[in-house]
Amino acid sequence: MEYQLKINGRMRSLNAEPGTPLLWVIRDELALTGTKFGCGVASCGACTIHLNGNPTRSCITPVESAVGGEITTIEGLDDPISAAVQSAWREKDVVQCGYCQSGQIMSAVGLLRQNPRPSDEQIDSFMSGNVCRCATYVRIKDAIKLASDTLEA
Amino acid sequence: MSAQLSRRNFLKAAGASALLVGFTPRGLLAAGYEDSTLNPFVRIDSDGVVTVILKHFEMGQGTSTGLTTLIAEELDADWASVRIDFAPSDTAKYKNLLFGAQGTGGSTAIANSFMQYRKAGAAARDLLVRAAAEQWGVGVDRIRIDKGVITDGQRTAGFADVIHSAARLEPNPEPQLKTPDQFKLIGKLKLPRKDSIAKTDGSAQFAMDVKLPGMVYAVILRSPRFGGRLTGFNADKAAEIAGFIDAKALPNGAGVAVYGKNTWAALKARDAITAEWDFSDAEMRSTGALIEAHRELTAAPQYQARALTTDAVQARLSAAPRTLDAEFVFPFLAHSPMEPLVCVIEPTASGVRVHDGCQFPTVAHGALSSVLKLKPEQVEIKTLYAGGSFGRRTTPTADYHVEAAMAFALLGGKTPVKMLWSREDDIHGGYYRPMALHKASIALDADGAILGWDHRVAAKSIVKGSAFESALVHEGLDHTTVEGLADTLYQVPNMALGVSDFLSPVPVLWWRSVGNTHTAYVMESLMDMLAHERGEDPIALRLSLLDRSNKEQARMAGVIEAARDMSGWQPGQKRGFAAHYSFNTFVAVVADITVEGNKVHVDKLHMAVDCGVAINPDVIRAQMEGGAGYALGAIMRNEITLDQGLVVQDNFPQYLPLRMPDMPEIAVTIVPSAEPPTGVGEPGVPPTGPALANAIFAVTGKRITELPMTTAGFSFV
Ligand code: FES
Ligand code: FES
Repeated sequence: MEYQLKINGRMRSLNAEPGTPLLWVIRDELALTGTKFGCGVASCGACTIHLNGNPTRSCITPVESAVGGEITTIEGLDDPISAAVQSAWREKDVVQCGYCQSGQIMSAVGLLRQNPRPSDEQIDSFMSGNVCRCATYVRIKDAIKLASDTLEA
Repeated sequence: MSAQLSRRNFLKAAGASALLVGFTPRGLLAAGYEDSTLNPFVRIDSDGVVTVILKHFEMGQGTSTGLTTLIAEELDADWASVRIDFAPSDTAKYKNLLFGAQGTGGSTAIANSFMQYRKAGAAARDLLVRAAAEQWGVGVDRIRIDKGVITDGQRTAGFADVIHSAARLEPNPEPQLKTPDQFKLIGKLKLPRKDSIAKTDGSAQFAMDVKLPGMVYAVILRSPRFGGRLTGFNADKAAEIAGFIDAKALPNGAGVAVYGKNTWAALKARDAITAEWDFSDAEMRSTGALIEAHRELTAAPQYQARALTTDAVQARLSAAPRTLDAEFVFPFLAHSPMEPLVCVIEPTASGVRVHDGCQFPTVAHGALSSVLKLKPEQVEIKTLYAGGSFGRRTTPTADYHVEAAMAFALLGGKTPVKMLWSREDDIHGGYYRPMALHKASIALDADGAILGWDHRVAAKSIVKGSAFESALVHEGLDHTTVEGLADTLYQVPNMALGVSDFLSPVPVLWWRSVGNTHTAYVMESLMDMLAHERGEDPIALRLSLLDRSNKEQARMAGVIEAARDMSGWQPGQKRGFAAHYSFNTFVAVVADITVEGNKVHVDKLHMAVDCGVAINPDVIRAQMEGGAGYALGAIMRNEITLDQGLVVQDNFPQYLPLRMPDMPEIAVTIVPSAEPPTGVGEPGVPPTGPALANAIFAVTGKRITELPMTTAGFSFV
């Protein structure tokens, strides 16, 4: 089946079986590999993308449900909030293996869009769907607060 | 002749454009141009860009930053512009000097590379200095280098300006290394990680990200029980799935390779295949029976790990006025690195190229060439970033490389194949931290002094029957089963340590800090129990069991005091303490928790570490944080259990990973040291669990001796 998807500001057409998770379309067909596979069951957040601006687990989002929507992946981040988040991540040297970090960043950007000054508890609860097996959580939280401060300034 | 012109001519003549500095297979320093046979540790291109060649892979532990620091320090290169590249698989040139094979593990990357990488950097610097001195007609003592800029006080040059003449010089076999007071990068509190940018914009390449023209995707249908063998399968239903290519039985009977045009097709096709298995050699037991089997094994230890034997210590126990007795039970644990296992193999003109987050190239290389019936030189391994490992990517059997090779060969060896695991494959897939059961009986006199100690352990050996056996098994005893206990730094009198091997088809493996994952928990819980029994402060008790005239014990006492002081520890407080020595590194932890009913929250960990010279303090801190988090998640909630041989847990909803709300605040003190640097990837793990257990005891009076802690009725919020 042929689909037209708007991804990172561009229309892309591709073939996929109905029901194929958006994750595999993005990775295998469109070769945007910054979005990761971690669990396939919406339990780790590695596959987080933005669908119409909202953090979404692409591993359980059927491709057809994204038609007509705006998809953004880590490769397409291009706005002041994203820039602040990515630079805070570098400033705090958050990453270890790095495999979860695209998803962490996509969630963090989503959080700061909804709530520019999140409390510790709000960060905990918003980010709790994103697993980091390297346990970089202390720094993820620090980086989110730093990004929030930078954007406020 | 201008320098510019001469360089261009020379480079043209040499057909190359980079200065390389490295070592010959015999360990001698060597330098040359890119077309030479030399495999470099550092490369300086004609545009002056310095690239450090990493013989150790990067799984998050910070090696790409650490090894680069060593070269950049001695070379006086500009940190921000130094690049990194992973070494090819070549044991002779890039072996781990502690293993004699190319591979990463045991927290050895910095320890074995410290002098080697510095020497390569210093040799490169020495060539540049001599070349600049010659070019400017001044003495070498006039030349300085700072952040990649060479100067004699009047003129300046970049590395590019002198590499042509540098490449013609013989490298100094013993280049002058910096003294610690000259360090600008080593020990610097904050040096940006080399992998930070690529890992925050989605561009970092993992094996999972490899996509090649014509590549097909393969997943393996494996036996639902460990040790089962395939007797037949039916793929009729898979044929109805769009994108399904084929399904083929693996030649070793371990399963079926299922091929698809994309990952989703392969996964769905696998779900549609039914298979029959022969379980006559399979593990059919349930967890309860496995625990009981371990318990029975402790009745008659098969091996002795200390000079005093189990039999000999009995007299001391029977004569003692009282004994302290305890049993500890540890479950199987999966590593679950964030990136599920994956290996890509493509045909080349001369053999194959393998794309992998390759932790142990020597082992993988051997296994791949033997399965593919190729000569070693026909196999090329391209190492990519690894999305975590925690030990899982080094199996003595190269299990997932072998699966990938079989899947590649079965398809004819002409098509690139990406063989990947799902998270369910990972949780079901074995190679777990072994189950372990400890029994301790400590004889005490009326004042609580230790008269004798009968300690017994049963666990499946990790290395027996593998290529690592000769190095790690002595007189039948697998040292990894008792490390951290047999060689405890505490001066405990009359301790016997009897060991028995549990046997099962369930494959087991080193899991971040290996045997220390259970030995430290047991030893540090027992120390706490002893202190309680004697009415003594647990920190004071430990210090009293260390003899400071011994260097290791003095360093252990040092971290214990550092953790005590940084946390403001006072005797009688309701906090937990533990310390452990592993991989030549000392770590002590104070845990602060809040308990409401049975709900526990870990508020803060105070961690003190002595790992010798601190190369990258911020990486050390990150490894303490990460090691502590990895330990906490497992100890709180994780276990792999079997129900008649079938793994009960499937994915993260059952094998619950640590999440952000679980993570405590972590303070780290790095104890200053001039000793050679040691590893930090693993040593943060062992003392964290028992520090939490001891805190729970201090607050609730409940001693947790069976893991995970949820088994004891606690929940974590
Ligand atoms: S891969 Fe989608 S949440 Fe884990
Ligand atoms: S950085 Fe490794 S999983 Fe998050």
